[in-house]
Amino acid sequence: MNAKVIVVTSGKGGVGKTTTTANIGVGLAKLGEKVAVIDVDVGLRNLDVVMGLESRVVFDLIDVIEGKCRLQQALIRDKRVENLYLLPASQTRDKDALDPEVFKTAVKQLIEEEQFDRVLIDSPAGIESGFRTAAAPAQGALVVVNPEVSSVRDADRIIGLLEAQQISEINLVINRLRPKMVASGNMLSEADVLEILGVKPIGIIPEDEGILVSTNIGEPAVLGQSVAGQAFMATARRLRGEDLAFPKLEEDRGFMAVLRRLFGGK
Amino acid sequence: MASFFDRLGFNRKGSKETLKDRLELVLAYDRAKIAPGKVDALREDLLAVVKKYFPTEGSNIEVEQRGDTIMLVANIPLEKEGAPGKR
Ligand SMILES: Nc1ncnc2c1ncn2[C@@H]1O[C@H](COP(=O)(O)OP(=O)(O)OP(=O)(O)O)[C@@H](O)[C@H]1O
Ligand SMILES: [Mg+2]
Repeated sequence: MNAKVIVVTSGKGGVGKTTTTANIGVGLAKLGEKVAVIDVDVGLRNLDVVMGLESRVVFDLIDVIEGKCRLQQALIRDKRVENLYLLPASQTRDKDALDPEVFKTAVKQLIEEEQFDRVLIDSPAGIESGFRTAAAPAQGALVVVNPEVSSVRDADRIIGLLEAQQISEINLVINRLRPKMVASGNMLSEADVLEILGVKPIGIIPEDEGILVSTNIGEPAVLGQSVAGQAFMATARRLRGEDLAFPKLEEDRGFMAVLRRLFGGK
Repeated sequence: MASFFDRLGFNRKGSKETLKDRLELVLAYDRAKIAPGKVDALREDLLAVVKKYFPTEGSNIEVEQRGDTIMLVANIPLEKEGAPGKR
């Protein structure tokens, strides 16, 4: 994707926006980009805990916007990967505290003054003001979708709204795909989703217990070797333009999974 | 940190325990409406001041949860010999 500022969104809640933001953010930083991940879910911040940086929050996005601190003071540097920063949302304020135009200026400052290569914005669920604010500074979007009816429907709606906001580069991340259910004809496949939405996926992430474990310990899955972690890493590479095929997904269970956990990290 | 055995799933103490610890702390800060990093900075500052007057090594200031309030608890041992601090 050419877009430097990318909103991660879905319409429907709980499909994996925050997980995707954290993992793609870490993935891109591992590939050498200077990355900022921003939590725009004001009042319900979560990206800090998913990234395992919650204990280091001092200032937040609203503090920056209200001039209570400088932008650099609110950026939390992730010590595990070079050039990765988190800008947390405020937990004590509500959505109205964040004006889209002011937010745009802050993001512009990240790109133009702080020389970030990429800014990923974790959008709140829904299609109202929170989503609109999150999308305001973006030139590109990652639409996260689960292969099930309400998520696909909401994704279609979101894609329409993004296009109306002149966001040109829209890519799909299919999350929580269950290969066995796809094989047995009980879950939409990536081809079905492509056919229905008309948008090509840039990432296909399987359902993986490893995601829960990595969230529990605050270490994004891309830092380990779980199947979902590898799928996120491949997604980050595609996002940077690498032409990577989609490997055949297998559910991470059984003996091989145990070996992988034993020798390869999380 | 997840150990070798945690990863294998042999240990009863899985990632859940880490999660519980993290959640208890983060909820305490949420309820107190204060940023965790701010308390850390305050603690460092307080320790520096304490050290100035009581140059002992044993001082510590910790965040503790008591019921639904979060407190900063300071333990500052005073020197037995009554050695005066550097001023
Ligand atoms: N590939 C996956 N495999 C298993 N669990 C997953 C996967 N992706 C996400 N999850 C789990 O789904 C839940 C929701 O994920 P997440 O918080 O990222 O969604 P969200 O879209 O940001 O939600 P919200 O709309 O509330 O902001 C989390 O518990 C997460 O661990
Ligand atoms: Mg979220």
